[in-house]
Amino acid sequence: MSTDPDRGPARIADRLIEFCGALRAEGLAVGTSEVLDASNALESIGWEDEEGFREAVAATVAKSRGDREVFDLVFDRFFFREAEAEALRREPEVEGPEGIGDDRLADLSVEGLAEAVAEAIDSGDAGRMNDLARLSIEVFARDGERSGVVGVDLQRIRRGLGIAPGGDGTGPDPEGRREFERQLRRELERRQIGQLGKLPPARPLRDLNRTLPTRGAADLAQVQRAIFRMKRRLATVGHDPRRGGKGRSIDFRRTARASLETGGVPLDLRYRPRRPRKPEIYVLCDVSSSVSSASTFFLSVVHALHDSFRRLRSFVFIERISEVTDLFQSERDFASISERITAQGGVADVSGYTDYGRVWREFLEDVSSDLGPRSTVIVLGDARTNGRPPGSDSFRAVADRAKRTLWLNPEPAAYWNYGDSAMAAYAPFCDGVFECWTTDQLEDFVDLLARTGGGTPSLHPAAMAPPRPRY
Amino acid sequence: MTGPEADSPQTPTEVRDALGEASYLADESVALVAFLAQRLGRPVLVEGPAGVGKTELAKALSRATGREMIRLQCYEGLDEAKSLYEWNYRKQLLGIQARAAAGDSDEASALDELFAPEYLLERPLLEAISSEEPVVLLIDEIDKTDQEFEAMLLELLSDFQVTIPELGRIEAATHPIVVITSNDSRELTEALKRRCLYLWIDYPDPEREAEIVRLHEPGIDERLARRLVEVVAMVRDLDLRKPPSISESIDWARTLVLLGADDIDEGTFRESLSTIVKHRADLDLVAEKVAPALGRGEPAGSPGG
Ligand SMILES: Nc1ncnc2c1ncn2[C@@H]1O[C@H](COP(=O)(O)OP(=O)(O)OP(=O)(O)O)[C@@H](O)[C@H]1O
Ligand SMILES: [Mg+2]
Repeated sequence: MSTDPDRGPARIADRLIEFCGALRAEGLAVGTSEVLDASNALESIGWEDEEGFREAVAATVAKSRGDREVFDLVFDRFFFREAEAEALRREPEVEGPEGIGDDRLADLSVEGLAEAVAEAIDSGDAGRMNDLARLSIEVFARDGERSGVVGVDLQRIRRGLGIAPGGDGTGPDPEGRREFERQLRRELERRQIGQLGKLPPARPLRDLNRTLPTRGAADLAQVQRAIFRMKRRLATVGHDPRRGGKGRSIDFRRTARASLETGGVPLDLRYRPRRPRKPEIYVLCDVSSSVSSASTFFLSVVHALHDSFRRLRSFVFIERISEVTDLFQSERDFASISERITAQGGVADVSGYTDYGRVWREFLEDVSSDLGPRSTVIVLGDARTNGRPPGSDSFRAVADRAKRTLWLNPEPAAYWNYGDSAMAAYAPFCDGVFECWTTDQLEDFVDLLARTGGGTPSLHPAAMAPPRPRY
Repeated sequence: MTGPEADSPQTPTEVRDALGEASYLADESVALVAFLAQRLGRPVLVEGPAGVGKTELAKALSRATGREMIRLQCYEGLDEAKSLYEWNYRKQLLGIQARAAAGDSDEASALDELFAPEYLLERPLLEAISSEEPVVLLIDEIDKTDQEFEAMLLELLSDFQVTIPELGRIEAATHPIVVITSNDSRELTEALKRRCLYLWIDYPDPEREAEIVRLHEPGIDERLARRLVEVVAMVRDLDLRKPPSISESIDWARTLVLLGADDIDEGTFRESLSTIVKHRADLDLVAEKVAPALGRGEPAGSPGG
């Protein structure tokens, strides 16, 4: 790394500023004074001291244990993984773990690899799984099977190695398989961030080879009626002071975040949405693949909400959140809206897998100043976090600010909190969590809201519904 | 802003070695932050589980630099009078009596004389900055104090001066190396954290801990020390009320040496368990979960030793 001509102090100073921006985007309070401190610290250990680099910057910008954890994650994306990816590029890791012997990468067959992976999964040996995850990525890259999108690559490798779960419950041990996939994903993400040297720009669903349903639910009218009833239930009296101001105001946080994609230069100014009234409803709709079978229903609900509420902001999310209010306001047609979300909604960047923690943080950053005692937040999602931190602190901060937070989960309640479902991390902060993926359930939900006013945490009709098989 | 002290070390390695000579085995991040503290003249805020060597770090810095250590042990309700300075009323009273006996009745000059430096009781903070020779200032367990105290401290640590109404401003004679420890029982103020370098000390890795144990109890052989720290790590993995700290590892090493043990099997473990685990409920849990895993003789996986 130190032989890189790009690593002069000036270059590092730039990177440092950029890095601190990324820390801020992840919620750390890193001010100018911290950036200066970090730079002074680096000066006194010498810019070339690779070992000390991380610790010196950490000591000056991460001021609690929690901060330090975030720091390490972001640091890895920025510096360490970059270096490691570089090293990997130079000497591809062909040293197989024991069991594969000394086969050179070129001779390694996918079958041999698949066998070794199956063994490692059965033995539950995490270290070995990690070795094999790296190796698998190399092998598939060698065979030209790299798309550059983590989610897509992961699917390919999984299929290629034959470790996708059997539909009938057969196949490799689910715990081990999840662990292996987690390792694979981490490695893929690491490489991707490493190669780019920064967070990649947000990508829409289309880049993940996914599309949204272009037709609403068969009983869309019934969905609309249910939502209309809901509107009456939620109707809040009270004044609605129109906010003054004529010009559009720049949203500094969002501008700064967008500037990360252009190396810290704020090319793309983001404005605060010009909205004369405070929106009352915020709907957040999961569009990740784990909820794809509920997508038609979810989108229909969002459509119906837009039809009923004028003061509504809608968002779609996977690992990032993207506001789609304007799309819904400028288009009427279900299909065109879906197509535009598919093509434009910046819901992913690195992995294409749901990252709830990050979604809450971004949401909070975007809307926290608007959330207030008249806001209702509705989440449509399965709370499957892919083993990532659920970010319940940020979620809680959202729920604390809003008057009501309601969660509609398309999975049968019996499946909540199994595997990577983190429903329990969020439920305590919600005013109600509901199993909901059919119009009938939606009506039940609205009935319950009617009876309780939506303010009772004990709302839990899901418990009464018979469990349905998971898709 | 303070520049680096004249005698400040040149590299983190130098600090690590100096701490090593002072019987403190610092890992990379500790040495680095201790180095930066001296170079940048910043206080270090140290957090970590109980007994990982936070307090000891300050002591070791004092030994390593040859500076005297001044310690301010914090507690709830700690105020300026106990931490910064206080007027010595008793001595002032005596002064008044002496004046009266001498027939002096000029009140203005009396006040001046009674609020002179010789009647001032220096408490640790003032003592630390007015010392002729630079010291190490340890502010231990700051989370026990309140925010007001923090604000006062912050002022002192930023400006290195104190204003005493009766005397005016007192500038620091020297700048101490400041180590502040916290057990994280409450959030510290943003402002104080900004001023400090932050250091999180965790339980050391097994190699390091074995070294620390052997440093304190040279009578224990290397293999046994390794085994000991492995078992301690197993115990720490349980969800205990009070997980064993480095001190407990050291105590246990001493006990094992006294017992003449050359391995830790289930029997030895049960016999000496109370050295590392103190809490009743913890004892039961450890006896149930860890003891049986130790087996009767050699640990599984290292046949013949
Ligand atoms: N790196 C080290 N090298 C040598 N000895 C150490 C080291 N770390 C800890 N020790 C020993 O461990 C013991 C406990 O350390 P110390 O009292 O400093 O812990 P602490 O973190 O201040 O704990 P508490 O939070 O309970 O105040 C000390 O006796 C010290 O000698
Ligand atoms: Mg202590």
